[in-house]
This record gives sequence, C-alpha cells and structure tokens, in this order.
Amino acid sequence: MSALGSRLNLWWAIFRVSVEERLVYRGDFAFGTLMRFLPMLTQIFLWWAIFDAMAARQGDGTDVNAIRIKGYNLHDMIAYMLLVMLARAFSSMPGLTSGIATSIQKGEIKKFLIQPVDMLGSLLLQRIAHKLVYYLIAIGPFALVFFLCRSFFDAGFPAPDQLLGLVLVLIGSFLLGFAMEACLGLVAFWLLEVSSLAFIFMLLSFFLSGHMFPLDLMPAPLDWIIGLLPFQYLAYFPSAVALGKVTGEELVWGIVVQYLWVIGFWVLCRWLWVRGLTRYGGYGG
Amino acid sequence: MPLIEIEKLSKHYQVYQKQEGLWASVRGLFHRQYRRVTALDGIDLKVERGEFVAFLGPNGAGKTTTLKILSGVIHPTSGTCRVMDYVPWQRVNAYRRRFALVMGQKNQLWWDLPAQESFRLHQHIYQIPADQFQATRDELVDLLGLGKLLRQPVRELSLGERMKMELTAALLHRPEILFLDEPTIGLDVVAQHNIQQFLKHYQEARRITILLTSHYMKDIEALCQRVVIINEGRIQFDGSLAEIVGQFHQERIVSLRLGNSNGIDDLSQFGRVTRLQPPQVQLRIPRAQVTSSLAEILNRYQVDDVSVSDPPLEEVFAHLFTRGKSDIKETADSGTAAASDSAASDSAASSAGVVRR
Repeated sequence: MSALGSRLNLWWAIFRVSVEERLVYRGDFAFGTLMRFLPMLTQIFLWWAIFDAMAARQGDGTDVNAIRIKGYNLHDMIAYMLLVMLARAFSSMPGLTSGIATSIQKGEIKKFLIQPVDMLGSLLLQRIAHKLVYYLIAIGPFALVFFLCRSFFDAGFPAPDQLLGLVLVLIGSFLLGFAMEACLGLVAFWLLEVSSLAFIFMLLSFFLSGHMFPLDLMPAPLDWIIGLLPFQYLAYFPSAVALGKVTGEELVWGIVVQYLWVIGFWVLCRWLWVRGLTRYGGYGG
Repeated sequence: MPLIEIEKLSKHYQVYQKQEGLWASVRGLFHRQYRRVTALDGIDLKVERGEFVAFLGPNGAGKTTTLKILSGVIHPTSGTCRVMDYVPWQRVNAYRRRFALVMGQKNQLWWDLPAQESFRLHQHIYQIPADQFQATRDELVDLLGLGKLLRQPVRELSLGERMKMELTAALLHRPEILFLDEPTIGLDVVAQHNIQQFLKHYQEARRITILLTSHYMKDIEALCQRVVIINEGRIQFDGSLAEIVGQFHQERIVSLRLGNSNGIDDLSQFGRVTRLQPPQVQLRIPRAQVTSSLAEILNRYQVDDVSVSDPPLEEVFAHLFTRGKSDIKETADSGTAAASDSAASDSAASSAGVVRR
C-alpha cells in the first residue's frame, strides 16, 4: 500500500471509530442537541424586548418593525441571532481545551508519543466526526427552526455564490475554532491549570465574536480593533455573509483573511506542541 | 551488538517546593524554590535480544523513568541510550513501530467502545497487513481467552480482562521489544497468574525482548531470568535470580514437626529459632550448615515432618532496598543476611527442597 493510501486508511479508521464513540451516549447527545437552542431563544426574546421598549418610548404608536439600531431592525436582529447559532454549531468546540489539558496533566498524551500517530491530527478527525454526527441529528431541528422563522429573513434565501461563500466561511470557522481552542489546551504544558484561561477566552469570544450582538453595533474605534482580531470569524462573519452584508470582493477578501488566521493558529498549535513536548520530556512524563 | 545499550544515563527533575502556610503560598507566587530530584544517577545497562529482564526497586527508584526514556516519552538529562540503533526520544516512526509500552495504570483503549474497535485502529496506526492482523489477533485472543469479551465496551470489563486487552492491543504489531510497567498491579491472584503464564509463553514462543517493572515478586519469580535492582537511581544488582538467592540468602528456613517437645529449647544451637509453637518449630540455619545440622536434628529428635526452603524473595529485596547502596557487597561477603521475619515466610517457599519422612 502506498504511503498516502495507508495514511488515508488511518484517517478513515480514526474517523469511523470517533463516529462510533459519539453514538454510544444517545441520551446525552439528544439532550445536548436540544439545549443548543435554549440560549439563543433567550437572546431573541431579549432583543425583542429591547425593540419593543424603544418603540414604546417613541410614544406615538410607532410600529416595532420601524425601529432600527444602527441599521438593524427587529427582523434583522432575530435573523442575525439565528445565523449566529448556525455559525456556533461549526466554531464551538466543547471540551477541546479541557480535554487536551487533562490528557497533558494525566499523562495520557503518552499514547501519542509511543504510537506512530499524530495527536492534533487525531483530535481534528475526532472533532470532524463528532460535528458531522451532530449535524446529521441536528439538521431536523435546525431546518424546522429556520423554516418557522423564515419571515424574519427579509433578504430571503442567499444567492448561489453567496451560499458557496457561506459554506467556505463555515468550514473556516470550524477550523479556526478548533485551532484556537487547541492552542489554549496546549498551554497546559506550561501552566498545569488552564481552566481560568479557558474561561477568559470564552468570555472574550462571547463578546468579540459577535455572539452577543452584531459587531457593527460597536462604536469606533472599538469596531476597528475588533476587526483586527480573529474572533469575529467564529460567529459574526459567517452570519454577515449569510445576511448578504458582505459580498463580492469584500467577501473574497474576508475568506482569505479568515483562512490566514486558520493557518496562523494551526502553525502556532504545531509550535506549541513541539515546544511543549520538549518541556514535557525534560520535566514531566 | 546489544539490543538495548544504555550508558551513564541520568535524569534530574526540578520539583517545586511549597512551604507551609498562607504567607509562604503568597511568596511562592513571586519566588519559588526548587529542589533537584535525581531519578536516574548514571546507569549503564545492556540487554540482548530475547532477554526477559525485571526492574525491581522501591517506589521512586527510577524504574518507570527508565522505561519512559527507553520508549521515548521523556529524554534524559545526560548519557546515551540506543535501542535497536535508534535514539528513543527522537520518536521516529520506524522505531515506534517496533516496540510497545503497556502501563498497568494507564488505559490506551477507547473506553466506551469494545476493544475490537481499538484493535482495528491499531491495525491502521501500525500499518499491519490485514491477514497478519487477523492471524495475530486471533492468536492473542485465543491465548488470553478473550473471545467472548471482544464486543463488550472496555469500561465494562474487569481490571484483569482490561489488562489482557491492553496486552493484545500492544502486541498486535508484533513488537520486538515490550516494555511493561506494573502489568499486574491491582489484579487478583488468578488474573495475575494468567497474565504471567501468557507472558511466559509468548516470550518463549516469539523470543521477544521484555523489560518489566513490578512490585510482585511472583511476577519476577515466574518470568525473569535476569533481575536489575534499581534504588535511588542507581543499579545495585544485575544478575540472575539464582545469583541473588545464592548471594543474599545466606540462611535457609527449616520447618520441623516434632513428635514431642523434649529438648525443644536446645534447638537454638543449630540456628535462629524464628517460630516456636510445639509441635511446630521453624529455624533459620546458615546455608552451609543445613545438611549437617539437619542430620544432627533428625538424629536427636523425633521428627514427624521436615521441609527446607529459601526465605521469601520479598524479604531479600526489602532488605536490599532499605540498606544503603554502598554496603550491599559487604552484606554478601559477611554472610549474615539480617533478614527479618515476615508473615509471608511460610507461604512463599520459593525454591523449596522438601524432605518428608
């Protein structure tokens, strides 16, 4: 068998075993899938209340749909939030940082030092498997929610070229989310306890990725600074693409920058891994 | 050329020393004191192909550190080490395909899935051809009696069953060297015995090289021709089990059942009386005098039953470990192994020469 052939075989084997593992806990899995919708629901109600309150303050019987916050009306806002939920289904990596940190602390990474198999590659394949299983199960509920909420999408269904862009951006946000959280986990080679670091990251990402609100609501120069950071590609950018706010050259440019971030963080991951192992070999074991 | 060649291998760790108390903890945020711990202190070792070597020593002696260096998990502070002409900590795949490491306390199998799935993954990780994979797996499963358990999730296996699965997974790629770190830890006697039997059989059949660490003397007695005793990072003894027995067992245990208790108190002239529960008496007699003393005893006393055995290995090792490293030679020369009595001494009549009348 050729080198490439056996490598593909290995990837396929890791992928398959990860899918099987994922399917073991059915109850937990179904519950987790449903729970994903809850926080978003509260976010939507929150915005609804804000828009309502603003309409009431006008006092002249203004329709709630006529209210705009920096160009967003209520429909846009709800559509944005629903799309963020979609983006987060790609970019969020529950348990990745803590999983890597734990296996470093407990010495479980030994397995990857002894066996001729790469840990980061294995983890990525595992994650792809888990995500795909998740999409397979969640596509029903997602489709239902988007169908029920279709009236909020004033711009309608994205055009084909926009849709292609969205697919690329979602894949990019998956890869970026993976690489960023993996880097964070690898810091455990130096700091044995990374949970507070992970918490800070989660908080930052919550605000800076656009999870809470569209990033273009930010005042200058904050919006400019946020634009320089990678977080926006985890939630805001995919949603903006789906809403048709980013098109043409701007979209292409955005995808290029997003993938540059992916490459950057992947290189950082590799570097942390190599440096971490040198340290581990010297101190730990 | 030896399969494993270790020269002047040393490993030091820096360990953070935390002082007691709150104020010391705060100070520790800014200024930390480290202590240098020597795990290995310049060991030399050569192992030939096909040897079954036991590493023995108290906790923290450097046994596991040695195995970790040999398997490339950590690198030494100084010294050299070559295994099959590879430097282990360079972790090249060609080397990693030729050995396996099994740790009694670490699980390498996928916890929620049947072991079968982990085996299949190993097939691809180690690029084992399908027919070879099948043959090896069937052979191992058969030897270890695992047939019915292959479809059961690993988390639902008993500790002993899990260890058998670990061994199977580790041997699927037919490694030339197997490192075993406490493979029988926590297992019951039956499971321990099964694993020993398997290892013995497998090693003899395949002539692979095995390095094992264990706390169980039974493992070592059952398996290893060669014993390396490590203490405080140094090799204190390297030789056969028979040599240890010869060198450090300066006494033998003579157990008697007497017909009556006449003159029982005089028995102490032959050796140390370690147990006196008439009609049972146990004596420790210097090795060289066993024959003459026994003849004399049989002549003078009415003896219903007699057996002669070596003191248990545990005792010898415990003695070796607690003595400083310098005076081992001395112990061997002076011929007074001040062995303490252990409760296990009855049961562990290792190479007992039993005489019955």
